[in-house]
Amino acid sequence: MESLGVLLMLPLNPYLESELDRRCKLFRLWQIPKASRKDFLYANSPSIRALVGNSAVGADADIIDALPQLEIVVLYSVGFDKVDLAKCRSRGIRVTNTPDVLTDDVADLAIALSIATMRKICSADRYLRSAAWKTKGQYVFTSKFSGKTVGIIGLGRIGSAIAKRAEAFGCFICYHSRTEKANTTYKYYPDIISLAKECDVLVVACPLIAETQHIVDRKVIDALGSNGVLINIGRGSHVDEAELISALVEGRLGGAGLDVFEYEPHVPGILFSLDNVVLTPHVGSATVETRRAMADLVLRNLEAHVMNNPLLTPVL
Amino acid sequence: MADGSAKQGRNPRTVLLLRPTFEALEDVLAKRFHLLRAWESPLPLAEFLAAHATAIRALFIRGNGSVFVDAEILSSLPNLEIIVTNCVGLDLIDMAECAKRGVAVANAGNVLTEDVAEYAVGLLMDVLRRISSADRCIRAGLWPITGLFRLGSKIGGKRVGIVGLGHIGSEVAKRLDAFGCIISYYSRKQKPSFSYTFYPNARTLAAQNDVLIVCCALNSDTYHIIDKDVMDGLGKQGIIINVGRGALVDEKELVRRLMQGEIGGAGLDVFDNEPAVPRELFTMDKVVLSPHCAVYTQESFADLFQLIVDNLEAFFSNRPLVSKVTEV
Repeated sequence: MESLGVLLMLPLNPYLESELDRRCKLFRLWQIPKASRKDFLYANSPSIRALVGNSAVGADADIIDALPQLEIVVLYSVGFDKVDLAKCRSRGIRVTNTPDVLTDDVADLAIALSIATMRKICSADRYLRSAAWKTKGQYVFTSKFSGKTVGIIGLGRIGSAIAKRAEAFGCFICYHSRTEKANTTYKYYPDIISLAKECDVLVVACPLIAETQHIVDRKVIDALGSNGVLINIGRGSHVDEAELISALVEGRLGGAGLDVFEYEPHVPGILFSLDNVVLTPHVGSATVETRRAMADLVLRNLEAHVMNNPLLTPVL
Repeated sequence: MADGSAKQGRNPRTVLLLRPTFEALEDVLAKRFHLLRAWESPLPLAEFLAAHATAIRALFIRGNGSVFVDAEILSSLPNLEIIVTNCVGLDLIDMAECAKRGVAVANAGNVLTEDVAEYAVGLLMDVLRRISSADRCIRAGLWPITGLFRLGSKIGGKRVGIVGLGHIGSEVAKRLDAFGCIISYYSRKQKPSFSYTFYPNARTLAAQNDVLIVCCALNSDTYHIIDKDVMDGLGKQGIIINVGRGALVDEKELVRRLMQGEIGGAGLDVFDNEPAVPRELFTMDKVVLSPHCAVYTQESFADLFQLIVDNLEAFFSNRPLVSKVTEV
């Protein structure tokens, strides 16, 4: 792979970066000042045949146009919403992602956020560290997670993994997706509002496509209600964030556990004073073990491409 | 017939309270029973008990550590037949003395089990995935500035040792099983109905695990069951989750190891000297701390208050207690 020119769009993983550096001809885009990037790409595009990005920085039309020798986009993420697939298709550019290796981590986080939100774990920790236990006494009563009804939007790999874990807590599982799935005993709701009405915890676990933008809107939030909890481990744009915030502030929604936001890394400050929200910085797959597995999958897809072998996890 | 004097309380449905309890519970109890509130009397406790001893057959005790029902209290209540507590834990009652005197004890039974189990799992996931730590950083406005956070650790594949595979321990195990954790346990007795690996003591359990979850009762055998040797066995990356009682863990030793990087992290709902918590923990990122609230959900307390009422009703109607403690 030594002659393979690889454009790395952003720092992703020190292990991945050093492997790419060692085994390929690595170009680090973020180290080039923005003003000089066009020239840099022009100068190096004859060598650059591969691009490595993720769900934050992918491959849009501009960058694809700037790289006439680009053969493959290798993503260090499962989400490919930042890749111009139509453009790749028309250029014959292959695209790979990292499905499956991060399914467990993301599903784990969905449950962890559910418990943390309903049981106010982070809030109780803040309470204790502020010495309030001594001065104000017992912390508040919270809401039990076990045995509740969990509604999942999108019953794919991640949604199914979430369901399996929630079942171990005695939760009742229902879901909404484009079509009903065969081979599950979970209750299907063709209408997302009905799902939201029925469940105590609503989890967003579907891919981000045009139809799922703001799939959780005011109507869904109102249906979920003042005892309901929203968990988002999908994309910020799945939820109408402004409506979510006003619902939380006005008490029309019981709580929220959020790993993703519409304008990451910006998180609306009004959430910081709320005890019924838990906020994490897009860490769905952020474990040492999974990031290593993702890096290895990126490398193996690149190797396969260079050897003309079938790609391991192609999107395109 | 009640005569309104200090010797009043011949009401057959009299329940003694030594300290105030949950307001909602007191309201419910006051509607159904005649409550004797010891703290409202100007008399010192011993005199108060002496004055009312004949009438007192039932005692309700709240588990907040301020009263230990010892031989002295029991001997001042010769007609006592039942103690009802809102706790599962019996460390606030001299159970041996109760047995000697034929005093039955009814505790919280199983109504709080799932709440504690899910909280233990929540604490572990918070420690492994650094959730409270990340939440703190975001609220401090640090996400845009510091960018990437420290990576957490995957839950699946972790070897989790349960200390005490009772009701709570087995509910913890059932949940973590679904995440792909590898479960083993130490308990007073091996439990053949579970397929998890059994270890004969906490030390050997710790040596084979990445995580210890402490779910057992506090008694003379289990005081400091998590001691220096056990922490040695668990190792530098090890994590301890405690939802039992503070005294199950050698707290000083744990704090020292956390400060010196000789243990990976901890999730603690209970402490030696509540509500005092070692201040050294307040600035640590690798611990998650909670003020003994693993039981406190609205749902379970609604069930719990009902259970307490049911136990007292059963007692006063000469029916069997609902959640009598049979095995200590």
